[in-house]
Amino acid sequence: MKKLLIALVTLLPSLAMAASGHNVHLESANVDLHDKESLERGLGLFQQYCSGCHSTQYQRYERVATDLGISTDDMRSKYILNDAKIGDLMENSIPTADAAKWFGAAPPDLTLVARVRGEDWVYSYLKGFYADETRPFGVNNTVFPLVGMPHVLQDLQGLAVKQEDGTFVTTGGKMTAEEYDQAVRDITGFLVYSAEPVQLERKALGMWVLGFLFIFFIIAYLLKKEYWKDVH
Amino acid sequence: MVKNIIDWIDARIPMTATYNRHVGQYATPKNFNFWYFFGSLALLVLVNQLLTGIWLTMNYVPTAEGAFASVEYIMRDVEYGWLLRYMHSTGASAFFFVIYMHMFRGLIYGSYQKPRELLWLFGMLIFLVLMAEAFMGYLLPWGQMSYWGAQVIISLFGAIPIIGDDLTLWIRGDYVISGATLNRFFALHVIALPLVLVVLVFLHLIALHEVGSNNPDGVEIKKNKDENGWPVDAIPFHPYYTVKDIMGVAGFLIVFCYVLFFMPEGGGYFLEKPNFEAANPMKTPEHIAPVWYFTPFYAILRAIPDKLLGVIGMGLSIAVLFILPWLDRCKVKSVRYRSMIHKINIAQFTVSFIILGYLGVVPATPELTIAARIFTFTYFGFFVALWVYSKNEKTKEVPTRVTH
Amino acid sequence: MSNAPVDTGRRRFLTAATAVVGGAGAVAVAVPFIKSWNPSAKAKAAGAPVEVNISKVEPGQLIRVEWRGKPVWVVRRTEAVLENLKSLDGQLRDPASEEMQQPEYAANPARSIKPEFFIAVGICTHLGCSPTYLPDSFGEQVEGVTSGFFCPCHGSKFDMAGRVFQGVPAPLNLVIPPHKYVDDATVIIGEDTGAA
Repeated sequence: MKKLLIALVTLLPSLAMAASGHNVHLESANVDLHDKESLERGLGLFQQYCSGCHSTQYQRYERVATDLGISTDDMRSKYILNDAKIGDLMENSIPTADAAKWFGAAPPDLTLVARVRGEDWVYSYLKGFYADETRPFGVNNTVFPLVGMPHVLQDLQGLAVKQEDGTFVTTGGKMTAEEYDQAVRDITGFLVYSAEPVQLERKALGMWVLGFLFIFFIIAYLLKKEYWKDVH
Repeated sequence: MVKNIIDWIDARIPMTATYNRHVGQYATPKNFNFWYFFGSLALLVLVNQLLTGIWLTMNYVPTAEGAFASVEYIMRDVEYGWLLRYMHSTGASAFFFVIYMHMFRGLIYGSYQKPRELLWLFGMLIFLVLMAEAFMGYLLPWGQMSYWGAQVIISLFGAIPIIGDDLTLWIRGDYVISGATLNRFFALHVIALPLVLVVLVFLHLIALHEVGSNNPDGVEIKKNKDENGWPVDAIPFHPYYTVKDIMGVAGFLIVFCYVLFFMPEGGGYFLEKPNFEAANPMKTPEHIAPVWYFTPFYAILRAIPDKLLGVIGMGLSIAVLFILPWLDRCKVKSVRYRSMIHKINIAQFTVSFIILGYLGVVPATPELTIAARIFTFTYFGFFVALWVYSKNEKTKEVPTRVTH
Repeated sequence: MSNAPVDTGRRRFLTAATAVVGGAGAVAVAVPFIKSWNPSAKAKAAGAPVEVNISKVEPGQLIRVEWRGKPVWVVRRTEAVLENLKSLDGQLRDPASEEMQQPEYAANPARSIKPEFFIAVGICTHLGCSPTYLPDSFGEQVEGVTSGFFCPCHGSKFDMAGRVFQGVPAPLNLVIPPHKYVDDATVIIGEDTGAA
């Protein structure tokens, strides 16, 4: 036994693996899921700029409308851009195979992206595009190096150009920096909502459950104490 | 009326007698402490897993094409499906937490010692089946972590000489993890292993009630009986421990529900982030780690710089727990009355286990690999040292009665 | 065990309190399990009202649409067919449609909102087969009636208003689903006339 143990620890060619996980600084998104107007603006922006390539195929238009307080008619007229019905899943309009051909890889579904990457990542990513002539779409991204998609929000944000001191100067957008931050926060908020639509309901129900359990615990504690008076 | 029905049943099966033997008149040491909550809690979590598991099965689709979407379907389209799913996923982590606490209890109070060796063995088998159950269950959401985690674990079998490659192929039923693998894991996860688990839990309880419960003093209460044959240090399980366990359940549920409702992802440890991305056989996530409850053993695997030896080391780290009753040659059970060296040994083992658990979740760096080797050594060192010093251990005198 | 006096009142009260609160908790836990059996959002979406364009339906033609997984027929009846319906009362089980197999607004001789369009769930009221539409050859089944519906499973026969003939296994007339006309060309199946 002991010999084996010694063998185990002395057999030593190193199993050095490169540490992964690049530590890019992420900006805080400060998403407020109670702000339904922000989420609706985010839905609008997402549908306009993102949904051409990225689906959010695990959720349904109808559920989104209900949760964000959007009327059925508004949902149909403003946010359903293809011939989908209100009860349908928010699926993609471009076929995956074609997309893979155009972009090198199929644009991923984004229903759960906020759970995969985190809301701050999404927020920073949407703010992180900058000009890079070496890339096929002329842009790169600070939090997603060698990103394979164009900067679809460029007409809003403008194009950031890296200066010699490492900072970025952004010009040519329709929005001011503050407006763009808010727009990106809206989109992020919508994606955080999409990733787990039940989040607010979950926490609200949780408060009731915990309240109940505290009461039950107190009663159970008193009962236990009462019976255990017998035991000496 | 009720009495007539009970008499009618009792004339045919020993219902009342069974109830009295296992609950009503089960002689339980009166000095149980905090650590003794975890047995009943394990049962509670088992019931939770069985019920929510059955209900999840009603909407889950065990195919490579449909699995991931069906989980999101449960999370979104099924009424309260999200709650059932979180109960199950949080329950899985809770199960291991409770079981580890329960095993630790057995470790410090010597509950594995004679005459409870078989009880311990049944418990270890439960632990083993539970690990298989959890591993197979983790494949079912068919996320990136499900897929690549299974890929890694199944590849471990490839380390076995000669038959390794054929064995992995046979387990997967395909050249990669595929729908075939998912389907068989699903069958085992929802039918086969739960059945085995329930039978083992039954045997575990029978074994417990045959020899009687140990206690924090490690005193055999059956040695000291009053004129009626009732152990003087015992109280009937009901009502004393039923009310106490109800309180324990309430306390546990507060913590459990806090996690369930306010942090179901458990900080990325209960539901791992990459698992919210559908399985993609073409792309491995940047950092893959097993779920937290496997990581101590995984760290041992990773610490050993040889595929076969690593697998053997990991297997041994679990297998050695089975022979614990025979490694410990001391006659005194409870840590309370054992030597300082035993106390230190248990403490270092606990620390090693926790640190290995931590090392298993973080990416390996050369320094951390060295650390993992050191703690792998101390992990096994616990058992070797125990075997050595327990033969002639300097123990304190064990009282004849329990302290309360 | 001690000999201290036991406060049985307090004990009983606390036991009852624990049982009641614990029982309430158990009932509450059952709620998600029970509710998860309700039709899911997917099932509801699949069962949502269906819009049908009827402007292209030729006289005598039957089109099928799916509503809640069931075939719904839309048949454009000719004048002759409508005329013929009036003469069949004596051969039918429930000629006046007294059994509630249709919404109020379709409880009329032609069993429809617009006599020209017959809209019905194409499921036999006997054991759930879907009857066959016989536009020209129904005469083989019932003397003197050109068109009707014949169920291939057990031989039940229905006229062009979905009314069941006597002497066949089906007990009731065909079901008329809730439906409403948005305009002359469009009908929504699954939504009641008069409902928002």
